[in-house]
Amino acid sequence: MKWETVIGLEVHTQLTTQSKIFSGSSTAFGAAPNTQASAVDIALPGVLPVLNKGAIERAIKFGLAIGATVNRVNVFDRKNYFYPDLPKGYQISQLAKPIVEHGALAIQVDGVEKTIRLTRAHLEEDAGKSLHEDFHGMTGIDLNRAGTPLLEIVSEPDMRSAKEAVAYAKALHNLVTWIGICDGNMQEGSFRVDANVSVRPVGQQEFGTRREIKNLNSFRFLEQAIDYEVRWQIEQIEDGHAIQQATVLFDPDSGETRMMRSKEEAHDYRYFPDPDLLPVKLDEALIEEMRAELPELPQQKAARYQQDYGLSAYDAGLLTQSLAQANYFEATLDALGADVAGAKLAANWMSGELASALNKAELDFAQSPIAPASLADLLKRIADNTLSNKLAKEVFAAMWAGEGEADAVIEARGLKQMSDSGAIEKIVDDVLAANPKSVEEFRAGKDKAFNALVGQVMKASRGKANPAQVNDILKRKLAG
Amino acid sequence: MALSPQDILHIARLARIRVTEAEAETARGQLNSIFGLIEQMQAVDTKGVEPMSHALDVAQRLREDRVTEPDRRDKFQAVAPAVENGLYLVPKVIE
Amino acid sequence: MIDSSLKQLAAALAAKQISSTELAALFLDRIEALNPRLNAFITVDRERTLAEARQADARLAAGETGALLGVPVAHKDIFCADGWRTTCGSKMLGNFVAPYDATVIAKFKAAGTVSLGKTNMDEFAMGSSNETSFFGAVKNPWSDAAVPGGSSGGSAAAVAARLAPAATGTDTGGSIRQPASLCGISGLKPTYGVCSRYGMIAFASSLDQAGPMAPSAEDCALLLNAMAGFDERDSTSLPREPEDYSRDLDQPLAGLRIGLPKEFFAAGLSAEVAQAVEAAIAEYQKLGAQTVEVSLPNMGLSVPVYYVLAPAEASSNLSRFDGVRYGHRASDYKDLLDMYEKSRAEGFGAEVKRRIMIGTYVLSHGYYDAYYLQAQKIRRLIAADFAAAFKQCDVILGPTAPTPAFNFGEKAADPVAMYLSDIYTIAVNLAGLPGMSIPCGFSGNGRPIGLQLIGDLFAEAKLLNVAHQYQLVTDWHRRLPPLGEASGARR
Repeated sequence: MKWETVIGLEVHTQLTTQSKIFSGSSTAFGAAPNTQASAVDIALPGVLPVLNKGAIERAIKFGLAIGATVNRVNVFDRKNYFYPDLPKGYQISQLAKPIVEHGALAIQVDGVEKTIRLTRAHLEEDAGKSLHEDFHGMTGIDLNRAGTPLLEIVSEPDMRSAKEAVAYAKALHNLVTWIGICDGNMQEGSFRVDANVSVRPVGQQEFGTRREIKNLNSFRFLEQAIDYEVRWQIEQIEDGHAIQQATVLFDPDSGETRMMRSKEEAHDYRYFPDPDLLPVKLDEALIEEMRAELPELPQQKAARYQQDYGLSAYDAGLLTQSLAQANYFEATLDALGADVAGAKLAANWMSGELASALNKAELDFAQSPIAPASLADLLKRIADNTLSNKLAKEVFAAMWAGEGEADAVIEARGLKQMSDSGAIEKIVDDVLAANPKSVEEFRAGKDKAFNALVGQVMKASRGKANPAQVNDILKRKLAG
Repeated sequence: MALSPQDILHIARLARIRVTEAEAETARGQLNSIFGLIEQMQAVDTKGVEPMSHALDVAQRLREDRVTEPDRRDKFQAVAPAVENGLYLVPKVIE
Repeated sequence: MIDSSLKQLAAALAAKQISSTELAALFLDRIEALNPRLNAFITVDRERTLAEARQADARLAAGETGALLGVPVAHKDIFCADGWRTTCGSKMLGNFVAPYDATVIAKFKAAGTVSLGKTNMDEFAMGSSNETSFFGAVKNPWSDAAVPGGSSGGSAAAVAARLAPAATGTDTGGSIRQPASLCGISGLKPTYGVCSRYGMIAFASSLDQAGPMAPSAEDCALLLNAMAGFDERDSTSLPREPEDYSRDLDQPLAGLRIGLPKEFFAAGLSAEVAQAVEAAIAEYQKLGAQTVEVSLPNMGLSVPVYYVLAPAEASSNLSRFDGVRYGHRASDYKDLLDMYEKSRAEGFGAEVKRRIMIGTYVLSHGYYDAYYLQAQKIRRLIAADFAAAFKQCDVILGPTAPTPAFNFGEKAADPVAMYLSDIYTIAVNLAGLPGMSIPCGFSGNGRPIGLQLIGDLFAEAKLLNVAHQYQLVTDWHRRLPPLGEASGARR
């Protein structure tokens, strides 16, 4: 039987506010335990929540960026359950009336574009952390994170493969960091993904029973976990076992998912509107203010790159994979004095040499040791034929290694392309004289022999001859 | 409606309150008589009535995003049952 | 001095006839003498009180003035007060020393009052007789056999016995007005949102409201001036201009329209209470007020609605008491669940557990619409009844409680009977309105009877005016309970 995978994601994004969603404590990462846990955060008797405007503003921006409905009236509810890292015994969240509903996000997988629908995005508070290191067999509770604002972004079950899920997660990660509402730091837990996964026979309308994989904190784990889970579910069904609804955890060491709790153990959260918080009513002025603050969004930028610079959809998509990348591109163009040819050159170099070097060094474009202006200087030397593409790569490698700017490297290594036609003619003459067999073959109609002669000339010039010039001169001499 | 002994035990578990069987039985009688009183509500036609969550029809105020709370861990943890290295200690949480 | 009004005390302090320290000592001595019998206070801390009094004396000496500067006040043990043990009447918080001040406490400190201690109360404010306090019931100063009412029973008894010139209380379904009625003092529950709830240990957040308890309406007005006001730490606090709640005290009542809801004078009201309330109505008519019959057709539903909404909110509000960060933790447990269940089973009393269970049930899966949502809808109908009534009248008048103080044990075994004793007060909280109880007579066996006045939203000054004018022509509020050896109570 052929199986189809169905995936929906719930992503918890920590918002970039200075203070917590319901208290004036700092949200900075990494402080000593419980030093950023105020009376409100540790839920002392009698304390009350007051809503942070910064969290509302960021949620509005997100709603606008995905073309969603921003609910002018939204309501905070209490989600009741007991857990040591949840000081109040309930989490303040939004159930029935979330701040954002019905948006969409485009993704590309293997060159095919697809739209993923977003069900909703709601504000809630993060929980604290349980530390399981040995405290005489006890668990230590740090409430610094408790009350950090989260925007939980829920998609429709629109994805059909782990690749699509990863593409969606990356597109979402790009968007929230792009518009500045989340720092996107996955190691610190700023962007956490839960994946609802089910399988069904191809052609079946109804969804299969889903299992939810909790707390995936890297794109790689997301892909691995879904792949494993899909294989496991298909095996189960093919072995005659029905899938039971459950929450599971992914173990990166074993590469497997394991059951955390079954549906029977599922919580009865006893949601009800939080009586300590009033309905949030958004006025149009605030929404317009947020709209005005939104930067040009990735898709808008990509469309503009295609239009203004004649870039392919693929290249434009690559350049807008992150704000850092787009900023790098635009800064390079500025330094280059942008034209269409320059833009294409810059795009090629950014997605080629630079991207692979950054990737290897695990750096992003904002951290690139080669600044946009430096890259532009290198590209200028390609454009004015000082460097062949091959030499340019050597210069780039030297620049990456910290040997200095492009011109300095060229000078120091004597890498200037030979474009003195007299000197090239001399080499060509020498090569022709030394390879009479090839000349004969060429004249007999073997085109391959021409390439061999070009190769000989390039070799004799130690790669510095301008290949176009070599071609021209060779052709002329052989015709003569 | 009448609550069964299982209902009482389920509610007590949800509320994280240990009850003995005898306590559960007493609670069941009392809760059933209280729900007898509460059931009066079911006779009321409330079609089209907006639920009232708050005493006054007021909107939520928004606080400026500023850090205003200092670290008062020592004072707060002076009343804690068990702390070590600034952490609250609880029996091992297994997940 | 013990029986002076707040105004008189402030004048004596300002005139240096007595120091704040001397005044505090006077009341502390009286507490020491009478509290063993009344059990009105859970925590008394002489040194802390005298330290506060010395600070007030310093401010007085520096020439500062203030309507309550140096005046001693007792606080219900539901308010967190920095450095004071704050128990909320529960074993759960038996050793909890609050690390911060409730806003109401901070406002009293700013006004220069001196805390005489923390008054006894029903556990987590859940009760109408003070019998649910972990620290033992409070005795009604008018009769050792009688309950003081609840949940602010300690504050009511303390004021009635003049262990304190005034006290704070909180009122979720009648917890200021009912004990005020049963102990023969004046008590006001303001409009929801007038006093900050920050630092007031939550029972039912959408209903809880702090208010003053004192012998007279005039005293209550002065206390409310200190307590009320916007607080940015409470989202439900109302950003309103400060008011002088004393401003209308002296307004004549000629032309006042008093609404008498027929549902208040129906079956279930004791004849003695009915009689005393009728006499009060006659007194108001003498003062030039007119009466008009109004109707609150859904009032009978207020008790069932309340016993869905309040326990639902409470079940969630009390989840924080889990033995992790403060409060009672069981001494032995085998795992986390065991620790939770034992700590909460040991820390909470029977009534609190009962209400947590009711609330947990009505919010649980499958029952929410039938109970919680239905209760919220009827809550709106009840509020609409009041709004309609206030089109016909300026204030609503009726009994505060159906009977005078009942005896200990009389209703303790029957929760429903106990709950129905709040039948006249609960609807006011559901609608968010201000309500007041003032003494209007005594039963045949010498127990006080209270008159309830209900105002439209933000009509506190009007209620205080209506109460004060009555107190100018009657002396029920000046009567003192027969406390035997404490003859110092008489001036």
